[in-house]
Amino acid sequence: MLGLGKKDFTLLLIVAVMTLLAPLLLNPFPESSGLAQFNAGYPDLMQRFVIFGIFAIGFNILFGLTGYLSFGHAAFLGVGSYGAMWMMKLVSLNVIPAIIMAIIVAGIFSLAVGYISLRRSGIYFSILTLAFAQMSYALAYSVLTPLTGGETGLQIKSSDTPLFSNVADGDIGRANLFGMDMRASHEVAMGDWLFTFNAGYYIAGVVMLIAFYLSIRIFRSPFGTMLRAVKSNQTRMYYTGLNARPYTLAAFVISGMYAGLAGGLLVAMDTQVGPERMFWTASGEVVLMTILGGAGTLIGPVLGSGAIKYMENILSKINKDILHEWFAFLPAGLDDFIVAIVYPFVGKGWHLTLGLIFMGVVIFLPGGLVQGGQKIGGLFRRKKASDNDSDKSTQSTPAE
Amino acid sequence: MSKSNFTRRGLLKTGAVTGAGLALPTYLAAQESYLNAPTGASVTLGFNVPQSGPYADEGADELRAYELAVEHLNGTGADNGMLETFSSKALEGNGILGKEVKYVTGDTQTKSDAARASAKSMIEKDGAIMITGGSSSGVAVAVQALCQEAGVIFMAGLTHSNDTTGKDRKANGFRHFFNSYMSGAALAPVLAANYGTDRKAYHLTADYNWGYTTEEAVRASTEAMGWETVAAVKTPLTQTDFSSYIAPVLQSGADTLVLNHYGGNMVNSLTNAVQFGLRDKQVNGKDFQIVVPLYSRLMAKGAGANVKGIFGSTNWHWSLQDDASKAFVKSFGTKYGFPPSQAAHTCYVQAILYADAVQRAGSFAPCAVVEALEGFEFDGMGNGPTLYRAEDHQCFKDVLVVKGKENPTSEFDLLEIVEVTPMEQVMYAPDHPQMGGADASLGSCNNGA
Repeated sequence: MLGLGKKDFTLLLIVAVMTLLAPLLLNPFPESSGLAQFNAGYPDLMQRFVIFGIFAIGFNILFGLTGYLSFGHAAFLGVGSYGAMWMMKLVSLNVIPAIIMAIIVAGIFSLAVGYISLRRSGIYFSILTLAFAQMSYALAYSVLTPLTGGETGLQIKSSDTPLFSNVADGDIGRANLFGMDMRASHEVAMGDWLFTFNAGYYIAGVVMLIAFYLSIRIFRSPFGTMLRAVKSNQTRMYYTGLNARPYTLAAFVISGMYAGLAGGLLVAMDTQVGPERMFWTASGEVVLMTILGGAGTLIGPVLGSGAIKYMENILSKINKDILHEWFAFLPAGLDDFIVAIVYPFVGKGWHLTLGLIFMGVVIFLPGGLVQGGQKIGGLFRRKKASDNDSDKSTQSTPAE
Repeated sequence: MSKSNFTRRGLLKTGAVTGAGLALPTYLAAQESYLNAPTGASVTLGFNVPQSGPYADEGADELRAYELAVEHLNGTGADNGMLETFSSKALEGNGILGKEVKYVTGDTQTKSDAARASAKSMIEKDGAIMITGGSSSGVAVAVQALCQEAGVIFMAGLTHSNDTTGKDRKANGFRHFFNSYMSGAALAPVLAANYGTDRKAYHLTADYNWGYTTEEAVRASTEAMGWETVAAVKTPLTQTDFSSYIAPVLQSGADTLVLNHYGGNMVNSLTNAVQFGLRDKQVNGKDFQIVVPLYSRLMAKGAGANVKGIFGSTNWHWSLQDDASKAFVKSFGTKYGFPPSQAAHTCYVQAILYADAVQRAGSFAPCAVVEALEGFEFDGMGNGPTLYRAEDHQCFKDVLVVKGKENPTSEFDLLEIVEVTPMEQVMYAPDHPQMGGADASLGSCNNGA
């Protein structure tokens, strides 16, 4: 269906249902319980899940298929954000032109960067992209301050009067989709549970599904096969008379446009952009997301981005007081002891936890979380008849 | 079969119940006409400070101050700190409006995106009614804009750029800390008195927003009293070795170096300048001098002996001898074992001022709080008489001009107060060109619902 194989279609369907029900699935704990700390079903985080999912899906088209490791992808995210922001400030507060602008700007920029960087491969390619990203960051931070707002970034101000949007005098314009405010939410209370259905999240979610669908099509297309050929042996490709450059450049630009799309959506959900978005750690983050989830797999990058954003937003907020509350049932001395052990791994120490998980995944599950899922699935399946040999041909391959 | 028996008593009962039922929604509506209205016995505040990144030390100190403030507000602390000396006596030590103060913390990472994500989760998930903290102007401007959009109050932490209450001012945002303009205005007379009025200054400026506004402010104030600016060179924020920037200073014929740097930048540039022997040089028949517009104790610590005798300005210093400062230092010192930094002070004061404004307004509604804070005059918070100006939500108070101590007695005793510049001298018009001119406006306050 939709030009997809049965397996891929099922996967798309599962992702669609998960996206649709995320506000319910991510809020499993009742409001008044201590575990409510772990609820992630609030609009901002859900939006981040899907937006960074898009970012990682795009990155995976480059890294997962061609094996080219770009360390500068955040630059395209940032450039896309700035493009979208200016579109909103000058032309229209509707998010659609802003997002289209973000994709175009990021596409052009990635074409330029890719054209130069792809002259080299391996580590040299990574360094070149990193250099470009750091350069963009430095430019946005200081040199281009009139255009980027410098350190303080850009926001929509009450003095902004976009061409095609009517903003009352003194009011701050809001990002909208034909009048629907991105921040509009519908809250449903069921007993002790509170579920928030946010307009912005569902728009971002639909875009993510489209992006995911396109990525499946690319993975399964002859073009995708070409990209895999680049990864497995580029020299052999050249010997057989094929020029790999146009393919890699196309993959680079496509993934840059995905990043731009994510950047545009970030601005659409939260009308603000700052240069940190392009900092090299942001580029590193998307590499982590992809590898954590499983490079070269379809769903892996989405899982990876979800895991990292979850930790960044939920674990980092657990402070000493909350820990003391949790362990209050223990005797006084033991309570302090346990808190002292747990505390370095939460709150500001969430990076440590992330690092440990990342090490664990790389060492034990080189194929990322997806491989973990497959292993668990395998445990149950082995008991049945071994009729899944046919799966292997369509199964997504883990990273090398 | 139906049976109806309308009795007088029954009718009255039904009427009363219906009446109560009808009255209830309006009562609820009045309660919930603003975002995150506290419903239970407690109210949640959001402390959004840098816990990682370059300003993590300051963030940690801010968090300590907030915890102390919460203890004092709830009346659970060892003492009551500055609540004793605060001129407004509305707070009773039983929380805010009788509701116990609870708090959530977040990590800004000194990045606008992370700070906004963290603030958003506090607002959307934890139901925070006010966000406070931060240690950089970029973050302050970003979070302030977010709070304005969302409809909660933002009480800025350490942010010194003019823009926070200048061109980026917002109705829901308030700043207690001083700004670049005030630094310039406070420093200039002291510099004139000590170094004369015919100096040639050379500026090294951190190449970002705060650097620009600080350079502009110091230039304007020093040029007004007769100094000449020879050159102003921008240095990248990530620079760690400033030798190549220091070397041309002597050739330029300048006799004063102004370092518009903060944090690690300032520590490195000052150390380089001193190592180059700039301070032993004689130019134009005068001793070469160095000026650092914004000082903090943590920076002075980093630069060590190099800060000796160098002038700068600061918002507050723990060695102040007024009752309020002494009470705060005692309270902080008892709990943590060392004196508070200026970041801790401004954050503590912001938390108390917010609580007091809510108490006086009798409501947590952001617009009511804005009204209570606008034009609010108070004393007894360590800076002398202070005004929260209604036009730009900036606090106006005396500014301290300090210099590095020649003979420090401890690792905290690094700065000595040279002069307290009175409030009138650092006052400026709300539409001052450095503050965004006539275009800058607060907009209208936002209740969020």
